[in-house]
Amino acid sequence: MSKGLSSSSVGRKVLMALSGFFLMFFLMQHFVINFFSVISADLFNEVSHFMGTNGLVQFVLQPVLLVGVLFHLGMGIYLDVKNKAARPVKYAMDKPSENSNWMSRNMIITGIMVMLFLGLHFYDFWLPEIKDKFIDGKWDEPTKYFPHLQHKFQDLARIVIYCISFVFLSLHLLHGFQSAFQSAGFNHNKYTPTIKKLGNLYAIIIPAGFVFIALFHYFNQL
Amino acid sequence: MDLTLKVWRQKNREDKGGLETYKVTGILGHYSFLEMLDVMNEQLIMEGTEPVAFDHDCREGICGTCSLYINGEAHGPDRKVTTCQLHMRMFKDGETIYIEPWRSAAMPVIKDLIVDRSSFERIQQSGGFVSVNTSGNTQDANALPIPKMNADKAFDVASCIGCGACVATCKNSSAMLFVAAKVSQYAYLPQGQVERKQRVLNMVEQMDKEGFGNCTNTGACEVECPKSISIEYIAKMNREYLSASITAE
Repeated sequence: MSKGLSSSSVGRKVLMALSGFFLMFFLMQHFVINFFSVISADLFNEVSHFMGTNGLVQFVLQPVLLVGVLFHLGMGIYLDVKNKAARPVKYAMDKPSENSNWMSRNMIITGIMVMLFLGLHFYDFWLPEIKDKFIDGKWDEPTKYFPHLQHKFQDLARIVIYCISFVFLSLHLLHGFQSAFQSAGFNHNKYTPTIKKLGNLYAIIIPAGFVFIALFHYFNQL
Repeated sequence: MDLTLKVWRQKNREDKGGLETYKVTGILGHYSFLEMLDVMNEQLIMEGTEPVAFDHDCREGICGTCSLYINGEAHGPDRKVTTCQLHMRMFKDGETIYIEPWRSAAMPVIKDLIVDRSSFERIQQSGGFVSVNTSGNTQDANALPIPKMNADKAFDVASCIGCGACVATCKNSSAMLFVAAKVSQYAYLPQGQVERKQRVLNMVEQMDKEGFGNCTNTGACEVECPKSISIEYIAKMNREYLSASITAE
């Protein structure tokens, strides 16, 4: 009888991939909702209010998301520590760029940068939302979301941090998207080239879209 | 061709070791890298210095014995070759060449450039075999129909010579390309079906016990593999492992 997936190297790799798929799916729906703020303030408020008050989203999907983020971060750090321990003596001369790209070798750096940004993001948007609803008991404020978003995107320092963070996210996804498929066992001559192209598109379009939304609101308020 | 060599010297497993600098002269472009090391060792013996210990056997790229991390790359700067097939024409006159052993906690240095690769042997022993009755009434292998595509794929991965370049070049010292090759070569063949599930579970378990790192899909291993084994077989091993984890007794 085999042990649990999390106790083997292959199992951990698959779990990293599954949590990665989940986070990439979440990121896409987050982008779509954010993009509504460019189209119409009312539409953005309406969708945000639904997401902020729907029981399934709040009490099932949100905790699952939090666990997914923490798992991906925790497992990533754990694997990196183990991987570094697997080579206690380094090479005096090493040329990793001859056989692999920078993104694939530095997932831990780009990942931690994204997580640091998430700290600021939680402070800006998630914690105030939790305070409003669970401490102050204000559940019915359907028009607060757009002004809150605009207020945060008035600050140039925030915009700069936001843009830099999404560059790191893009670098993370340029390897992460296709890597998740490989880890989960999807590698096929027919489909893998398309998956790699889709991954590159996703890794550029989604972060660039988030940056566009931030810049749109910043310049609209000048 | 005159060269400056920075060679790793280490007396034994416990010794800390370090790089020593040697000059070699009169090297010709058609020499193999190992022949160049032979010349270096002859010079060292003439000078009364202990020659450098390094692994070698067939010297024609099929045994997997030679290793060496040369100028920052497993088996040196050429592609699809082992160190014994690496020609000195790949280097320039006056060049400084760094020569180091494989670096991995699971493959410790025994002496100078020789590492202990018995971790690969233990992985192989844990499941890299098929149990066939050899008492005299063994079935002719050709009696079993095998799709050409599967036979080709099995042959591709069976070309793994277990040299350890995948481990040496992986930033995580992962052995997944080696284990994937050994798991896949039997998974494609009818003779490998009986022990299919237990094989992948046992080999991955032994790989983890040996202290190899985890694969992060950088793809460096398939670039440096002298037999060009693709990381698509790592994906296959992952599928085999997942399937066996769910269905094995």
